[in-house]
Amino acid sequence: MVAEMEGCTRKEEEACPQLLDLIPRQRDWLVSRDIEGSSHGSSSSEEKKLELRLGPPCQNWSMERERDEKSQSLLSLGYFSSPMFSNQTQKLISSYQQQAKVGSFIHLPVNPNKASQPCCSKVVDLQNAERKGFSPAPANTAVLPNTSQKRTAPAPIVGWPPVRSFRKNLASNNSSKPAVESENVVQNKVPNGKPVETSRQGLFVKINMDGVPIGRKVDLGAYDSYQKLSSAVDELFRGLLAAQRDSCAGGTKNKQGEEKEIAGLLDGSGEYTLVYEDNEGDRMLVGDVPWQMFVSTVKRLRVLKSSELSALRLRSSKQDKMPL
Amino acid sequence: MDSQRKKVLEQVLNLVTSPKDRSSVSLVCKDWYDVERHSRRHVFIGNCYSVSPEIVTRRFPNIRSVTLKGRPRFSDFNLVPPNWGGDVRPWLDVFAAEYPQLEELRLKRMTVSDESLEFLAASFADFKALSLLSCDGFSTDGLEAIATDCKNLTELDIQENDIDDKSGDWLSCFPENFTSMEILNFSCLNSDVDFDALESLVSRCKSLKVLKVNKTVTLDQLRSLLNHAPQLLELGTGSFWQELTPSQHSELERVFSNCKNLHALSGLWQATALYLPVLYPVCTNLTFLNLSYAATLQSWDLAKLVANCPHLRRLWVLDTVEDKGLEAVGSNCPLLEELRVFPSSPDGDDIVDGVTESGFVAVSHGCPRLRYVLYFCWQMTNAAVATVAQNCPDITHFRLCIMTPAKPDHLTGEPMDEAFGAVVKTCTKLERLSVSGLLTDLTFEYIGKYAKNLEYLSVAFAGDSDQGMQYVMNGCPKLKKLEIRDCPFGDTALLSGLEKYESMRSLWMSACLVTMNACRSLASKVRRLNVEVMKDDENGDDSQADKVYVYRSIAGPRKDAPAFVLTF
Repeated sequence: MVAEMEGCTRKEEEACPQLLDLIPRQRDWLVSRDIEGSSHGSSSSEEKKLELRLGPPCQNWSMERERDEKSQSLLSLGYFSSPMFSNQTQKLISSYQQQAKVGSFIHLPVNPNKASQPCCSKVVDLQNAERKGFSPAPANTAVLPNTSQKRTAPAPIVGWPPVRSFRKNLASNNSSKPAVESENVVQNKVPNGKPVETSRQGLFVKINMDGVPIGRKVDLGAYDSYQKLSSAVDELFRGLLAAQRDSCAGGTKNKQGEEKEIAGLLDGSGEYTLVYEDNEGDRMLVGDVPWQMFVSTVKRLRVLKSSELSALRLRSSKQDKMPL
Repeated sequence: MDSQRKKVLEQVLNLVTSPKDRSSVSLVCKDWYDVERHSRRHVFIGNCYSVSPEIVTRRFPNIRSVTLKGRPRFSDFNLVPPNWGGDVRPWLDVFAAEYPQLEELRLKRMTVSDESLEFLAASFADFKALSLLSCDGFSTDGLEAIATDCKNLTELDIQENDIDDKSGDWLSCFPENFTSMEILNFSCLNSDVDFDALESLVSRCKSLKVLKVNKTVTLDQLRSLLNHAPQLLELGTGSFWQELTPSQHSELERVFSNCKNLHALSGLWQATALYLPVLYPVCTNLTFLNLSYAATLQSWDLAKLVANCPHLRRLWVLDTVEDKGLEAVGSNCPLLEELRVFPSSPDGDDIVDGVTESGFVAVSHGCPRLRYVLYFCWQMTNAAVATVAQNCPDITHFRLCIMTPAKPDHLTGEPMDEAFGAVVKTCTKLERLSVSGLLTDLTFEYIGKYAKNLEYLSVAFAGDSDQGMQYVMNGCPKLKKLEIRDCPFGDTALLSGLEKYESMRSLWMSACLVTMNACRSLASKVRRLNVEVMKDDENGDDSQADKVYVYRSIAGPRKDAPAFVLTF
């Protein structure tokens, strides 16, 4: 696998010597890319487009991500580089990113974020195509990254970050289920016409349940009341909890029978109670403030055993934080 | 020197255990060299190709314990092609003939076949300790041979190996009368263990000090094990989630509170807040807490746990504990010397916030004794790193990984040069440094100028020109290992280290700008230097050297090199 990818990089370098030769060793990488673009036959009007594209990269960034996700087009290759690479490193990293994308194209053709280019030798053409089709430029301009862009989604690079494969497996074992779940939720969201990017960044919160070793994510934008959230939590964890009890019971397979509703989450009457951590880091009972206020301050949710609740110093949000 | 004096010197040298000191002793004069080599019981070989087993056994005839390392470190991250080498077998063959008294073997990044393990078990009558770290090539069948035939085994430590995990039956191969085990670690295996065999083993090995089980061992099984072994010093638990009855729960609390000597705790797979309180009684004595497998642990769980651990010296966590968890560490663990924060989602495919500069700074405020830091994060600032260096000037190991390659200071947009500049200027004892983020040649200028004690430097996606690496090669007088990937360092940079390579253990350069000609030239100019190039693709450009591994060797070019390795 490694061999394949590395070979690909080299082929690419051979195939488009002009592209690489024209990348100067100075810091004006973007500018030189424009020159290189025009030298490959793009018209002056295209150059103008390029200029226009030097706007706020953050905006470009999100537009591009959004467009990527919606169109799922194979041509949407505006592979995004981290901002402010230094000259040569820029080249090396982008070649790595391309190479990684070729890899991911083979394995994960449906993943819109990793839409790839099937043929390395067409880098120049495809970049031009991208410029014609979509105005946002790759966010590699020398401008500060948006802080909301907390991290760039990195293309997989062999051996980076430097984590032993043993640990990587460990992480994927633990996060595989929630990841699948969140993708489902994202897909469900699309028909609502809501920008996926916004909901991903704004309304997804993590939720964990005592006794369930798998974390989940829940999209608060999909609900408009505490009651609906409560049923969603029940749906999310009912099966997991039953499965967990089942496996812990040591092989007595009785799944259907053991699944029971997780009720009374909001009034403390059930076995579990729903609490949340707000944006100031305080832990509070879910249901105390108006829904919209809850949505705007919640950082994560947690389903606690009600028996554990008394031991916790929960802040009563009404009195201490938000007098109504 | 007469034999009387030699005897006296030998007695004195028996008290000198540090390998460095013994090396110095051997340089005093021929007599001392001779006494030292005959009295040497342990040998450390940092690169199995730097010397041959014949040379080692010829010089040191009375070795009992060997530590041997194989592949370059980047093989841990799949940068070294499979079948590169590092097989332990040629060593075992010579050891079996020359060191029948061998008791201890510690291998790192080597290939160890089942046949080799069987041979090992059959060849050394008094074999006591086997430690395999990041090794591959073997299966649980090999472990069966060790368990069956090493009658005096005191240590079996199998950590993070690429092992063919066929079954957990090997545990039942220890003979009924086997009672010598002191250290048993199989935490990295996946198969269900034969629990009855494990329990029986634990109950009859009264000197057991370290037990690290794998995640298939349940909480209730752990309770039984601890019941038999309250004397444990180090414990690695299995899965820390199970639906327990109230009586099981209180029994678990009881056995933990009986473990009065426990000072290191790891495992805790799937730990949730539910059962962490059973650990509180042992927390007071803990000096090492490894939560890096507990992927569901969050900031508040960690906060509650560390509030009970005032004597913690070493802490490993995942970044799921976030900055708030690290703040709790800062306010509760004033004696902390080592912190490692691993990424829970290294590929960035999950929306985990992870840790940032604020958690880093919080720990440094509360833990002034910090010496070892490994920190994976998605964002960092120059100011934060400078603060950490100021707060913890005794740092010897500083490994910061900003996981997005070449990411600048996320507040100022500046390169991260000043961050690492501050580290090398302030932390004068620095021995190991890993740099990341957007870095210009300036970082390397700082490193070359100030890092006088640096031995080990890792670089990725950094620098502007050959000059960057040249700064390092011309500075850093104690540099032993240098590993570089994806940097614009070329032939001039490589050749600037001519004077240095003989005193270094190894140099790794992958995806840099080095040519074959430069490698050839380097090999011709420096004696006793093996310059290996790994070619990944035969159709590629023949003039470029993709992966270069340079190391000194008194054994000459290795003879087991696969076809894709060219040696100059």
